[in-house]
Amino acid sequence: MVNTKVTLSGIVLDNPIIPASGTFGYGYEYAELYDINCLGSFSFKGTTAEPRFGNPTPRIAECPAGMINSVGLQNPGVDKVISEELPKLKACFNKPVIANVGGFSLEEYASTCEKLDKEEQVGILEVNISCPNVHNGGMSFGTDYKMAAEVTRKVKEVTTKPVYIKLSPNVTDIVSIAKACEEAGADGISMINTLLGMRIDLKTKKPVIANKMGGFSGSAIMPVALRMVYQVYEAVNIPIIGMGGITTAKDVIEMMLAGATAVQIGAANLVNPYVCKEIIETLPTEMARYNINSLEEIIGGAHNG
Amino acid sequence: MKQEIFKIKSQQTIANDIVKMELEGNTDGITASGQFVNIKLDGFYLRRPISVCDYDKNSLTLIYKIVGEGTLAMSKYEEGAELDILMGLGNGYDLSKSGDAPLLIGGGVGVPPMYNLCKKLVSEGKKPTVILGFNSKCDVFYENEFAALGAKVLVTTADGSYGIKGFVTDAMDGLDYTYFYTCGPEPMFKAVYNASKTSGQFSFEERMGCGFGACMGCSCKTKYGNKRICKDGPVLEKEEIIW
Repeated sequence: MVNTKVTLSGIVLDNPIIPASGTFGYGYEYAELYDINCLGSFSFKGTTAEPRFGNPTPRIAECPAGMINSVGLQNPGVDKVISEELPKLKACFNKPVIANVGGFSLEEYASTCEKLDKEEQVGILEVNISCPNVHNGGMSFGTDYKMAAEVTRKVKEVTTKPVYIKLSPNVTDIVSIAKACEEAGADGISMINTLLGMRIDLKTKKPVIANKMGGFSGSAIMPVALRMVYQVYEAVNIPIIGMGGITTAKDVIEMMLAGATAVQIGAANLVNPYVCKEIIETLPTEMARYNINSLEEIIGGAHNG
Repeated sequence: MKQEIFKIKSQQTIANDIVKMELEGNTDGITASGQFVNIKLDGFYLRRPISVCDYDKNSLTLIYKIVGEGTLAMSKYEEGAELDILMGLGNGYDLSKSGDAPLLIGGGVGVPPMYNLCKKLVSEGKKPTVILGFNSKCDVFYENEFAALGAKVLVTTADGSYGIKGFVTDAMDGLDYTYFYTCGPEPMFKAVYNASKTSGQFSFEERMGCGFGACMGCSCKTKYGNKRICKDGPVLEKEEIIW
């Protein structure tokens, strides 16, 4: 009998599989298809202080082995998330969830996190300083190590639950940003957010996405994500939730060998809504195939020797 | 929403770049006219959303236009090939508002979803009139199929090469109807919106990520709040639309 349990900042997950924010809504669409309590946890749709419609459409473009999105943090705002979405979510998911938070100022990050920190269902706060789809928000905090540290400090001051900072790959040196977050008190790192990308329609000769650029995700980006997780694992002592293009149980094992304690599945959910369930079901077989008894033992295994 | 594997029974080109695909499989997941399916194709990352033209218990008819590489690849699938399909997507048309003499207006590749709707309205004893709008004679399809259902059918072509010369709104002049249902390109929607004398329902199209409400890729603003075209739509009511 193999052991798929992993621990994130004291929270034991039955398995390391976590749907990534923005690809799983608040869970109900998937709960129509299967019992989502099989998941390790899940990271709900990025939440901001105020309601947001997000960017103009088209927001989606297809790529070989991936897609670009430019949703722009559409969400009903933190107060409605707490009053309407979390109670509904409770009906279909009974494990601690990861609350993903977006923002446009230090104060906004802090106030939104402070509100969600008080919610019983929330196990971990995941602070998104890496959204490529909003101006002045998100990514501008995630591309400067001083700003990343400042956001971390401000959020830690007003919260009690573990704080994971979600990092952008659109930087020169992701390691320095991860280290700055750790020094500022982050309990963990989520990485990577999408890569800034673009497509042009040959018929109209214009960008496909209304906002011209967007976040590239999907299986094509996994080697980049894996490399970055590997680099950050060597530099920090806090857990990493690894993500970027993971589609199969083999990908999960590979990401954990690079240094991830748990993983998030993003774009793959949109193509195969059963993908997380299928990965969870095939993990034991794949573990056995590679002589792995306990997933926890392989974290960072590629660094040994 | 349900996922099923369907087997292709036939594919044939029925008009310029318009392909009719008949499939065999369990359609239990489809619950209303005007819903769509989302099809996984080998070699393409995202699924292809295609409106349902017609269905019964074990068969599904899709009519699609070849507009890009995905639909081109799909048109080359042979009889017997299997397709991974998510179905029962979207809200579909609300038949309860039709009145006795509804008007159905399809433009181009917006024609197919009108077919099952028309069939159901006729079976409920309604007397639908159908306007099918195309650019040219070579684009025209399904005129006889709608007539066979017992509907009054008017065909328009923009260049006048077949039927009434002009747009669907030219055929709407002077018609009496109790309600309308429409699917087609946005310029046609705006014209229908302005020309229509009653309330009605519009089925919208947008680039989608998932097709089942998870990714927020296809959101739009309405007078009733933000909606996802794939999940809260694709059918919106005339009164809620913000152009």
